[in-house]
Amino acid sequence: MTTTQPRAPKSEATVPAPQPAGWTGACRRARLHVITGKGGTGKTTVAAALALALASDGRRVLLVEVEERQGIARLFDVPPLPYEERKVAIANGGGEVRALAVDVEAALLEYFAMFYNLGFAGRSLKRMGAVEFATTLAPGLRDVLLTGKVKETVTRLGSDNKPVYDEVVMDAPPTGRVVTFLGVTEAMSDLAKRGPIHSQAEGVVRLLHSQDTIVHLVTLLEDMPVTETLETIAHLRETELPVGTIIVNAATEPRLPAGSLKPAAEGRLDTARLTAGLATAGITPNPEMVQGLATEAAEHAIRVLDEADCRAQLAATGLPMLSLPRLVDGADLGGVYELADRLTEQGVR
Amino acid sequence: MSRTLDLGPVLADRKTRIVVTCGSGGVGKTTTAAAMALWAAESGRKVAVLTIDPAKRLAQSLGLQELDNEPRRVEVDLDGDGELWAMMLDTSRTFDEMVAAHSTPDRAAAILANPFYKVISTSFSGTQEYMAMEKLSTLAAKNEFDLIVVDTPPSRSALDFLDAPQRLSAFMDGRTIRLLAAPSRGVLRLVGAGFALFSRAVTAILGGQMLQDAAQFVQLFEDMFGGFRERAQATYELLRANGTKFVVVSICEADSLREASYFADRLRAERMPLAGLILNRTHPPLADLPLGAAQEAARKLARSAPLTAAVLDLHAERLAVRAAELHMRARFDRVHTDLPVIEVPALPSDAHDLPALREIGRRLTAA
Repeated sequence: MTTTQPRAPKSEATVPAPQPAGWTGACRRARLHVITGKGGTGKTTVAAALALALASDGRRVLLVEVEERQGIARLFDVPPLPYEERKVAIANGGGEVRALAVDVEAALLEYFAMFYNLGFAGRSLKRMGAVEFATTLAPGLRDVLLTGKVKETVTRLGSDNKPVYDEVVMDAPPTGRVVTFLGVTEAMSDLAKRGPIHSQAEGVVRLLHSQDTIVHLVTLLEDMPVTETLETIAHLRETELPVGTIIVNAATEPRLPAGSLKPAAEGRLDTARLTAGLATAGITPNPEMVQGLATEAAEHAIRVLDEADCRAQLAATGLPMLSLPRLVDGADLGGVYELADRLTEQGVR
Repeated sequence: MSRTLDLGPVLADRKTRIVVTCGSGGVGKTTTAAAMALWAAESGRKVAVLTIDPAKRLAQSLGLQELDNEPRRVEVDLDGDGELWAMMLDTSRTFDEMVAAHSTPDRAAAILANPFYKVISTSFSGTQEYMAMEKLSTLAAKNEFDLIVVDTPPSRSALDFLDAPQRLSAFMDGRTIRLLAAPSRGVLRLVGAGFALFSRAVTAILGGQMLQDAAQFVQLFEDMFGGFRERAQATYELLRANGTKFVVVSICEADSLREASYFADRLRAERMPLAGLILNRTHPPLADLPLGAAQEAARKLARSAPLTAAVLDLHAERLAVRAAELHMRARFDRVHTDLPVIEVPALPSDAHDLPALREIGRRLTAA
């Protein structure tokens, strides 16, 4: 755990206020966890790991994707998910993760069936492209349908009158689109004022602005994702959506002693000491080998220092942070479990 | 291992007029496009790089302060007497320009003011891809540059830029939009009661105004469809022409390589000229010391020489990363045996200035 803690940058070492704990009371209270992040930051992997971490201790968690990418199926190595909730994993400790890939067309037809008794006709409409037409005509409609379905899963009660799912984790659209996506109010202007979906949208707005919902941002410690994360946080705060944690993904674990980072980055690593060390261990080093090792160390040190800089920028938001390491073997199913363990170690439950 | 992609001759060749980079998001496509453009400019050519959404600092280093939809000369000291120009795509402005080019001024004004047009030109999925290709087509027709390097948008689905023109015209030309937009034409009874019901449902959900806007839009647009289709076809032919080269960019990770594989197959199926794969940000070891020896030495030195031990640990970690990369690459090579590949070792920092771009250009053309 110690290696994954954010390293306080030197310039801020004098600031007494500690970073809030990674998983706050607000996070624990929430039942809908919305995961966003710039494309390529590992949003889906982190969402899956969070679902697994939350499902430990025998709880039941639903992992939802809304972008019709079948990312969850790929990650859990199961066939493409149909439009229904399927068990995809058992968490350590016995809990259960179910997954749902929300399909806009199916969700819209579900509505029509509910309100207009369309049934059979609905299928032919799908063939005609009528559904694509309706959702293109009003892009906001798409978002309302997706968030509406998610709300239904959060609020659904079982026969024991308790929620069917303890928590719902949504793999949401990327940072560029998430505020529009969650800002259903905007989308509502596209909808007829007294139509059936309008009242549904009002319910979604209430849920998203309640204590039941919290938004987490996944980022890499690189320029572009950090900039986008900061912009999105500002934007989310403006629209009064509840922001939870920043989840740093694929962080480099510092290997060099702290005092050696700067010299290594600047190419001032003590190569004589390195040569002597290698000799002690029975390796006869040639100058190319020593230089090669020093360059590898320099690249690592530069990376670590850049990342510390990124962390400092993120810390300035005052938000709690969680940190996940870069997985050498990539994010396969084993990797998701490993990341879930790392989240648990940092207090996620 | 497969053939090596030799990009230098491709970029320097006077016959190469267009280079298109494609690949999934976050693999360094924009940076690669900029680095190739800079390299080609320093080989003496007049080059324009068309970017979609560059990182702020990269945009600044290219002198791109805002979207202005026209290439601007990058004011830097280049080696040699080539020129580097850059632009950032403004999707909706490109769409507006296309409408203006295919319509009378009055009609264009009416279209631009239509709310439904605003939806189509800003948020129809694929519009950005479509407009990137439209802009490329316009720039290529002007013949002001020796080479245009174009970065494709990070599409949710691969090769949207090939499909988008088709999808958009199919959508606007489609049966549904005509039926919904102009129900008075009397075709409704042919479709049956299901459609009437649907039409009522859509009106209930979206309101009547939306359908009226759509109807007006279709009427205004009707005589432009032909022109759009022709234009989309011409762009498609341009992409298949001799002077065009595609390069697929990927990092050495499963998801990204899966996309790259799909790109390569699709480009070949469409008979698009695919130059090869750029395997970006790899981690070849820089010291010739095998894993076992490094690990054993690190263990021995853990107490007595912690710095050397740490450096050896790092080296061992790098070898492990490299082994995973080689494994991924071997799997890819087995499927795409004859696709040329060039590996670009990772820079330690994000590239956002010209020296870094120059270094990437050097690595890209190292073959």
